[in-house]
Amino acid sequence: MSTTEQLQPTPSPVPPMQGALTTRINALPGWARWSLAATVGVFVLSFVQEVSGTSLLTAESTSRAMVRWAIPILLAGLGGLFAERSGVVNIGLEGMMILGTWFGAWGALNWGPWGGLIAGFVGGALGGVLHAIATVTFGVDQVVSGVAINILAPGLARYMSERVFSGMTGGSVSQSPRVNGFDKFTVPVIADVLGTIRDWDVFLISDMAGLLRGFVASVSIFTVLALLCVPFTAWLLWRTRFGLRLRICGENPWAGESLGVRVFGHKYIAVAISGGLAGLAGAYIVLELSGLYRGGQTTGRGFIGLAALIFGNWRPWGVLAGAMLFSYPFGLALVDFDAQRSGVATRALLLVIAICLYATAVWLWFAQRRDDKRREQMLASTSTGYSSPTASWMNMLGALGRAPSGRLSALAAILATISLIWYLATDRAAAWLPNTMPYVLVLLVLVFAAQRLRPPAAAGIPYRRGEH
Amino acid sequence: MKAPLLRRIALAVAAPLIAAVVAILISSIVLALSGSDPIETFKTMLENGTRLETMIDTLNRATPLYLAAVAAAIGFRMNLFNIGVEGQYILAAFAAAVVGAHINLPGPLHVAVIIATAMLVGALWAGLAGLLKVTRGVSEVISTIMLNFIAVGGIVAALLPHVIEDPTAANQGTPQIPESGWLPDLNGIVEIFTREILRGRRLTGVLVIAIVIGIVYHIVLNRTRFGYDVRASGMNPTAARAGGVPPKRMILLAMIGGGLVAGLVGMPEILSDTHAYDQGFIQGLGFAGIAVALLGRTTAGGMAIAALLFGFLDSSAAILQVSDLASSEIVVIMQATILLVAVIAYEVVNRIKQRDEVKRASRMAGVTA
Repeated sequence: MSTTEQLQPTPSPVPPMQGALTTRINALPGWARWSLAATVGVFVLSFVQEVSGTSLLTAESTSRAMVRWAIPILLAGLGGLFAERSGVVNIGLEGMMILGTWFGAWGALNWGPWGGLIAGFVGGALGGVLHAIATVTFGVDQVVSGVAINILAPGLARYMSERVFSGMTGGSVSQSPRVNGFDKFTVPVIADVLGTIRDWDVFLISDMAGLLRGFVASVSIFTVLALLCVPFTAWLLWRTRFGLRLRICGENPWAGESLGVRVFGHKYIAVAISGGLAGLAGAYIVLELSGLYRGGQTTGRGFIGLAALIFGNWRPWGVLAGAMLFSYPFGLALVDFDAQRSGVATRALLLVIAICLYATAVWLWFAQRRDDKRREQMLASTSTGYSSPTASWMNMLGALGRAPSGRLSALAAILATISLIWYLATDRAAAWLPNTMPYVLVLLVLVFAAQRLRPPAAAGIPYRRGEH
Repeated sequence: MKAPLLRRIALAVAAPLIAAVVAILISSIVLALSGSDPIETFKTMLENGTRLETMIDTLNRATPLYLAAVAAAIGFRMNLFNIGVEGQYILAAFAAAVVGAHINLPGPLHVAVIIATAMLVGALWAGLAGLLKVTRGVSEVISTIMLNFIAVGGIVAALLPHVIEDPTAANQGTPQIPESGWLPDLNGIVEIFTREILRGRRLTGVLVIAIVIGIVYHIVLNRTRFGYDVRASGMNPTAARAGGVPPKRMILLAMIGGGLVAGLVGMPEILSDTHAYDQGFIQGLGFAGIAVALLGRTTAGGMAIAALLFGFLDSSAAILQVSDLASSEIVVIMQATILLVAVIAYEVVNRIKQRDEVKRASRMAGVTA
């Protein structure tokens, strides 16, 4: 919750505490804001690439690996978006994804890749409906129900594979026979143009073209569909009547009900879609990443999807950005740790992190100074003779806000220095580093930005008809 | 006026009873659908369960589950969803195994140092999540999940290669802890009661620690000022704050307390089983412990029963695997169904209770008016 929001209701002459640039950026639509952030990110990557003698940071292969790794996280994150926007916390995404892997493999074995895709969606949606029955109809605590589904799903999947896959050739209790995924294709004109620009070898522009080419060259239709889910979700939730009603359920279901919104119905649909998207994520893992169902193959991607949701501030473009950001270290590691080059490019990521943290430190420091200045102005304008209740409340708020900001700035600088020293002291990164980086990134983002995030107001609160 | 006492008792037993019946029903249907004989399967499980070896196996399995449940429950009582028991106990067990193998102390002291290390590491890791929550408002659900990944995939994976004993072994692990750091088993006590000589199975000594922890948990929560503050903060944070309970300190203390207990979860393995941390170290106890805590309604006794139930089910999975009657995976389905049905049943009973309360209040108000 930002200070701005708390200040707005009070009749104060002071404008919201934001710089002109921040205001202008915030006025942009989601996709534009995140494109801007991505451009800045690519700039840093290109710069570091020049410094540390690797070409992998902005390579097309890295980008393709990142995208393939990101899709399950993205789909899970969008699943979480649907559920939480309707006011239901869905910690069971992981379990629903596991159901999706089993059903995806089963569907693909019977009816080919499209069958797998649809079966995965349906399987995940069944998990979602179970979650909805527990949380919406019976009002069970949403985290509790999610944890139960996370325990149920792997057991169920294992049981069903024991019954179905063990009898098949190549199948066993823990894995299915191999399944065929979708064919790969390259988007004709765009890929060629991007390829040409990449080969110019111009700083930043060619790097960006290389990264973008990973999105359009030798991709499968499943990847494209998953990426299209982002604008579709943005349109469905923010531009349609259904979306408005669904979001009301997550912000203020009591008001929604008084306006005639069927809260229970919308929550059911939202949580079922949520499970379905998580199931799609599972089907993607089976069809595109591993080529078979295997027990435990989701490896916590549902939870990372949840983290991407929070990183993206409960918005679809933000979820996409989070999914890409968290997958980048994995994608880079997949390319980086194959042959002789092991760990050189991953080590360069430490420098990227150091730069980003230093930037955070500087930004926090300036933000604090700006806030201080505004506070002084505010004091000068309000403390004319007497102190109004509003003014003293503002002073209190200011005193609360000041101290942590400076300390945070220092913390960011310290962490940045650690990262820089680590970068300078090593030649190549250890294999465990990329496996940890996304999670550390999530924590860093939450530490430095937690107060700016705004979850749906009624998420996590069981809703009962006619209460409140 | 109806007999409220009878109704109250009926409501109290209803939830676990309904959960058990529905869970058995659902697993029977699943068994029947997949071509197994449900009655025969349950009979085999029960017959096996009454054997002494199975009972000891059940207790051995229930001990870490109970500790994990208590660790999670401390947070739950304050509406803190500490999902991080998993990472806390694995990190703690790893640290304890390394420290235990590298020191040489006389008997009880050695064990004490190992236990203290584990508890300390668990508390530190949990305290980190608490610190993030109170200083930066980071949701403990997300931070503990992330810390789980960092602990297991990062710290342990990074440090394990530096402490392994034999790099060529198939199952790489830390060196074994010397015998002075082993906790004696409880077979002697069991043999006094049963007059049977136990072969093969050994009842873990950590059971005693778990019982002590359970008693301490119960007393601290129900008989001390601190426990009152914890429960008050969980039931009504606003009221607790108004009553002078510092919310931030309570969150930090609850996380650290949970971490202290979480550190003990890996101890049966370290102190009385493998005496080392290897790549096959038991995982997933943290999440199972959450299930046990929820099933046992976070009370010391309830969680003990739930842990024994889960321990028994785990133990019968092994038998089912051998017996060829049914797939052993049915056990996990039963556990999850019991949990899901139980939480729903608790919620329904809770609503009926609340409705009764409202009725009673309105009746009394009607009488006095």
